[in-house]
Amino acid sequence: MSPWGCAWSPLRALIIKEFIQMRRDRMTFAMMIALPLMQLLLFGYAINTDPKALPTVIVAGDSGPVTRDLISALQTTGYFKITGMADGPAEADRMLTRGYVQFAITIPQDFERKYARGERPQILIEGDATDPSAISGAVSAANLAQNWLVDGATKGALAFAEGRPRGFEVVVHRRYNPENITQYNIVPGLIGVILSQTMMIITSIAVSRERERGTLEALLVMPLRPLEVMLGKIIPYILVGYVQVAIILVAARYVFQVPIQGSILLLSAMTIIFIAVNLAVGFLFSTRAKTQLQAVQMVFFFFLPSILLSGFMFPFRGMPQWAQWIGSALPLTHYLRIVRGIILKGSGIGDLYIHLLPMTGLLVVIVVGALLWYRRTLD
Amino acid sequence: MAVNDATLAIDVHGLTKRFGDKTVVKGIDLQVPKGIIFGFLGPNGSGKTTSIRMMCGLLTPDAGEGMVLGLNVLTQAPEIKRRIGYMTQRFSLYEDLSVAENLSFVARTYCMSDVGDRVARALAELGLAHRSTQLAGTLSGGWKQRLALAACMIHEPDLLMLDEPTAGVDPEARRAFWNEIHELAARGVTVLVTTHYMDEVERCHEIAYLSEGRIVARGTPKTVARTSGLKAVSIHGPDLMALAPRLRMLPGITSVAALGAELVVSSADADALTAAVASLEDGRYRMTEVDPTFEDVFVELTRRVGTGDKNHGEAAA
Repeated sequence: MSPWGCAWSPLRALIIKEFIQMRRDRMTFAMMIALPLMQLLLFGYAINTDPKALPTVIVAGDSGPVTRDLISALQTTGYFKITGMADGPAEADRMLTRGYVQFAITIPQDFERKYARGERPQILIEGDATDPSAISGAVSAANLAQNWLVDGATKGALAFAEGRPRGFEVVVHRRYNPENITQYNIVPGLIGVILSQTMMIITSIAVSRERERGTLEALLVMPLRPLEVMLGKIIPYILVGYVQVAIILVAARYVFQVPIQGSILLLSAMTIIFIAVNLAVGFLFSTRAKTQLQAVQMVFFFFLPSILLSGFMFPFRGMPQWAQWIGSALPLTHYLRIVRGIILKGSGIGDLYIHLLPMTGLLVVIVVGALLWYRRTLD
Repeated sequence: MAVNDATLAIDVHGLTKRFGDKTVVKGIDLQVPKGIIFGFLGPNGSGKTTSIRMMCGLLTPDAGEGMVLGLNVLTQAPEIKRRIGYMTQRFSLYEDLSVAENLSFVARTYCMSDVGDRVARALAELGLAHRSTQLAGTLSGGWKQRLALAACMIHEPDLLMLDEPTAGVDPEARRAFWNEIHELAARGVTVLVTTHYMDEVERCHEIAYLSEGRIVARGTPKTVARTSGLKAVSIHGPDLMALAPRLRMLPGITSVAALGAELVVSSADADALTAAVASLEDGRYRMTEVDPTFEDVFVELTRRVGTGDKNHGEAAA
């Protein structure tokens, strides 16, 4: 046996074994392929539907015919469902904060007068942007309402001003959402969420399954180093992770029509680190879990904060400081910035290395932790 | 520090293992000469598997020290693993891999350079060739054991540790298995084997009997039987089933066992046995002195530990 052959042979053995098992275990295989597809379709469509008839409150400073026309024009778009008139900005604000309404639309006092003079008065639309996809459709509809209004007005009381450029400006405040997330954020984010969920579960059950089936005892008595065992569990699934990435990217582009601005190559290169981090986290849990069920439970302890505090569900900068600190320790947080940066903004390596560094740091910490925790004995 | 005796495959002293507040192995000493088949016996929970795991480097002893194949149990576990073959009590190969895939996997982990040849040879030697593509999980008990044995031998270890290799295997397969073990021993491999089958005790060169974490007897099977001091009488006659509970009540009787049409009464106390037999001298029963079975020997040895009898014999090997 050559020393070179001995360096790779055990690792090769583990990788081949893992692939054979993967092929034979239909359930896990289904989980690896079907789960991302299901999540993608459910999440993607559920979040991307174009919601209409959103509850809206009006703060009307004026009450003339144009205002009435405006209100009815907004309602005609189908996006706004006027649920009432607020007495003042404070009441509107409270209704927005409590989530009673999605929008508060303020029509200023001198709206009619300015409109008649063609001074393009402003109306303010305050939207609850915690669900960003909910307001983007409505906001563009508000701008379209202008045309309706103009058409109606030319035939009505204000016909005397015909020929002069008239209209109003829509000022939008996306409340609770400083990052100004668009609906495209969801699908790229799903790459991170799906990868972290399936990858962590796969490795965490891959080791605890050995323990549960009794094969760990045989594995431990073989001359395998902890690093070999870990790499043997990680390398095969990096490939699986790439299959998932490919599925999601194709769906993102052709099903959800997300324009991919940046380099797929760069995305793939950076994704390998993210996949490895998640596999290492799964491995870390599996060194402690006694059963596969326990391993999956542990994964959810990590996955839940990942989904909630990474900026996937809630805008990162909108979270309290302590939540941001926790979020910064989660690989998904950094990966979301990378994946959104590449897909949506077309960012290059120069923009992204500041997110890559903390993710790589986490990888090193978790790998070292897993190796320290991995027990070579049954103690 | 243990002296490295080159004639011993295993030489351990005072191995102790605690799980929580329960001491499972209480300072066992074990010396196994190279090239023999050594039977490691004892009831369930007596500490056999834990002892083996300590010697394999799978468990860290809480106390004790020793050498396995001249390597330190405490510090050289990775080297020991490379040179021993350990067959676990529970089937521990991959049920979703085929016979050949399992063997190739094991051969590669031991850095074998000629994986294909070795697997082919192992398959041929153990008569597994026609099942090479069958999934291990679908093999019957006997074939699983053969595969497990093939797997733990594929790297040609100097020492085999077999933990209940024949449990749940039919008699024919058991015989074939033991023939293989003897062939290995003849080639110079040392075999440490645990079993519950008393007929297998006689196929070992030496045995050690474990009870509640202590070795209570050791030596060749014959010397262990002799040092138990057990005598046995076989009784033929009418209505033996009614007789058995009466005999069990008598003082000093180790066991009363029905074996087919006879009742075997054994005792370590010759006088007690004579008295018991005398009580039956009414002509209806026919009695002959027989060798005690190993079952009786071990029941007696276990009983002594239970009653705290310190007067148990240790035969010189």
